[in-house]
Amino acid sequence: MIGFLRRVLRPAIAILIAMTVITGVAYPLVVTAVAQVVFPYQANGSMIVVDGKTVGSSLIGQFFNEPQYFWGRPSAATSSAAPNGYDASNSAGSNLGPTSKALIDTIAQRVDDMRKANGGGPVPVDLVTSSASGLDPSISPAAAEYQVARVARARGLTEDQVRTYVARHTTQPLLGFLGEPQVNVLELNLDLDGLLK
Amino acid sequence: MAFGDFLTLAALAVAILIATPLWGGYIYRVMEGQRVFLSPVLRPVERVIYRVSGVDETAEQDWKGYTAAVLAMAFVAIAAGYVFLRLQNVLPFNQGGIPAMSPDLAFNTSVSFETNTNWQNYSGESAATYGTQAAMLAVRNFTSAATGLAIAIALFRGLTRRSTKTLGNYWVDLTRGILYILLPVSVIGAVVLVWQGVPQTWNPTQVVTTLQGATQNIALGPVASQEWIKEMGNNGGGFFNANSSHPFENPTGLTNFLEMFALLLTAFALTYTFGKYAGKQAQGWTIFAAMAAILVVGAVLAMHLESQGNPLFPNTVAQAGVGNMEGKEVRFGSAVSGLFAAITTGTSTGAINSWHDSFQPLSGMVPLFNMELGEITPGGIGAGMYGMLTIGAILAVFIAGLMVGRTPEYLGKKVEAFEIKMAMLTALVLGASILGFTALATATAPGQAGPLNAGPHGFSEILYAYSSMTGNNGSAFAGLSGNTTFYNITGALAMLIGRYGMIVPILALAGSMAAKRRVAPSLGTFPTTGATWTVLLIGVVIIVGALAFFPALSLGPIAEQLLQNAGKVF
Repeated sequence: MIGFLRRVLRPAIAILIAMTVITGVAYPLVVTAVAQVVFPYQANGSMIVVDGKTVGSSLIGQFFNEPQYFWGRPSAATSSAAPNGYDASNSAGSNLGPTSKALIDTIAQRVDDMRKANGGGPVPVDLVTSSASGLDPSISPAAAEYQVARVARARGLTEDQVRTYVARHTTQPLLGFLGEPQVNVLELNLDLDGLLK
Repeated sequence: MAFGDFLTLAALAVAILIATPLWGGYIYRVMEGQRVFLSPVLRPVERVIYRVSGVDETAEQDWKGYTAAVLAMAFVAIAAGYVFLRLQNVLPFNQGGIPAMSPDLAFNTSVSFETNTNWQNYSGESAATYGTQAAMLAVRNFTSAATGLAIAIALFRGLTRRSTKTLGNYWVDLTRGILYILLPVSVIGAVVLVWQGVPQTWNPTQVVTTLQGATQNIALGPVASQEWIKEMGNNGGGFFNANSSHPFENPTGLTNFLEMFALLLTAFALTYTFGKYAGKQAQGWTIFAAMAAILVVGAVLAMHLESQGNPLFPNTVAQAGVGNMEGKEVRFGSAVSGLFAAITTGTSTGAINSWHDSFQPLSGMVPLFNMELGEITPGGIGAGMYGMLTIGAILAVFIAGLMVGRTPEYLGKKVEAFEIKMAMLTALVLGASILGFTALATATAPGQAGPLNAGPHGFSEILYAYSSMTGNNGSAFAGLSGNTTFYNITGALAMLIGRYGMIVPILALAGSMAAKRRVAPSLGTFPTTGATWTVLLIGVVIIVGALAFFPALSLGPIAEQLLQNAGKVF
């Protein structure tokens, strides 16, 4: 029995240690080295720097509720420090099911809030549903168009002027089908504030 | 469901069809010890590993020796992983005061990663150190995936060798699987992910001041290196809580496509590897066709239903052409999120790019049913093939044999009472664990405390949890509060039963088949290639799954669909 255990346990222990060194230490370090040399911007989180200060990541959404800004999606990534969500150290979805009363009631409330701020008309679904990560950096082009009038009013711009900003931050799917058309909310708002160089 | 969504599905299908013979052929050459283009670099490393481990690479093991080695590796890796998680607070690369995991959570997590499940009762951002992620969890992603691969190869050898006792050497199969198959692709894949925006840094959480003046903590880490193997190894454990829906794990439409490709690549390629062992590629392509057919039907159903939206939303919400966006990301859209869900559960991965808990009732049933079929469409690396060959092929030849009144044969070998017992055992273990633990949880207070949602959806959350853990998938209807002593312990047991309750009978079956002589095919032999066989295989898989789980599914998603139709909320 002891001899048998030694025969199977020795390779198990030795191979686990060897693989920890190879796949647990060498592999991530090699990838880090290549990443930091070739793609340093992405490897460090695609951070946007304005006047020497980091104002956010272009991949991570922020909470907006002031009228001069485009608003992103509702976020379930809440915490005591971030009651409105977008806590990027606490990514989360709502996990409410399709027949959840809490979900249906919340949606109705959000629709009311949206229509109060932006006027009537159907509200694009992505503006009233919480994203998967709670950090969705994007809204749909329809959701941006829905907010154009409000942002134009708040900024004293014409709607067409605001639309040119929106167009600048709208990206189309790669090859026309990989992904969805999207508007990056943080970059759009930075641009409207004149902070994007 | 838009035209572009079909294009995504079609492009994925074409990519997998092209990759299957290339990658499957490469896997065959590696696992049979033939020289490949990486040999000059990797062969010396391989030799050193055997020397320090005391492994004689020419010595093959019989099924008992192979099983003993698999179980020894599992025991050592789970024990070492447990100790690592209990000590992670003091081990290197703790990026910011992350505490040790509690005993039951550490047990659940260690079992979870070594069984290739990657069920997570913790949030990566706040409960795992960079050291844990890279040097413990990601290592298990490699070892557990390569173990699945090794067992599939052992079964291929058992089915196709003649009059022998041995199935190969687990230590050699494990080492080659990691060094030649998983690791080289991971290095390339991880760098491509970084190019698209996935971070790879050891700097701690970055604190920024937002445009509206709030403070935002942005969690970072060595994400890319873990992300690729998590997808390719069909592991699925997210670096972050939101898994592949997090923009740092899956930033673009391209990464979403590549991650789906990585999920499917090796699982489907192994059908070709099987064809190589069988000496007839049609044997492999038939299995490929059966797996693909079931997967695609479920995927299209989930894509269609998710793109329809939620009928209970007020009609002031514009859903037409967009679909159900609760728990989804704008850059992926609803239909392709449905596709990802079908793929991540058809392979035993469990990575998610949208929350399955917020899917519509019947589209949420697609991932649930995929797991309950035993993770064989195409399943995880290796695990899908060994599951499909036993729950599918062996049972199907048995049923065909009953119909024509002859002893069933597979690949020229008689399938007799012992093999059928072992194959039935794997099917029964699956059903007993999923349904037994679900019954236990729904009947006891600590189990009932788990669900977030009320009504039939709450039951679905529990059923999903044990289907996922037994199937070694790892995705969740994540409203369930899993980090309790009850769910940590019963979940770990379900994962162990689902993994080793399959592996041991399958290796026994492989050993028994290896010892048999090959008989020449006769007029009465049921051919195991071609359309009739594919249809029979699909039928057996669906019927075995449906018979076992239809009653439970009726109480969950099907009841919920009917109540949703009637406008009920909970």
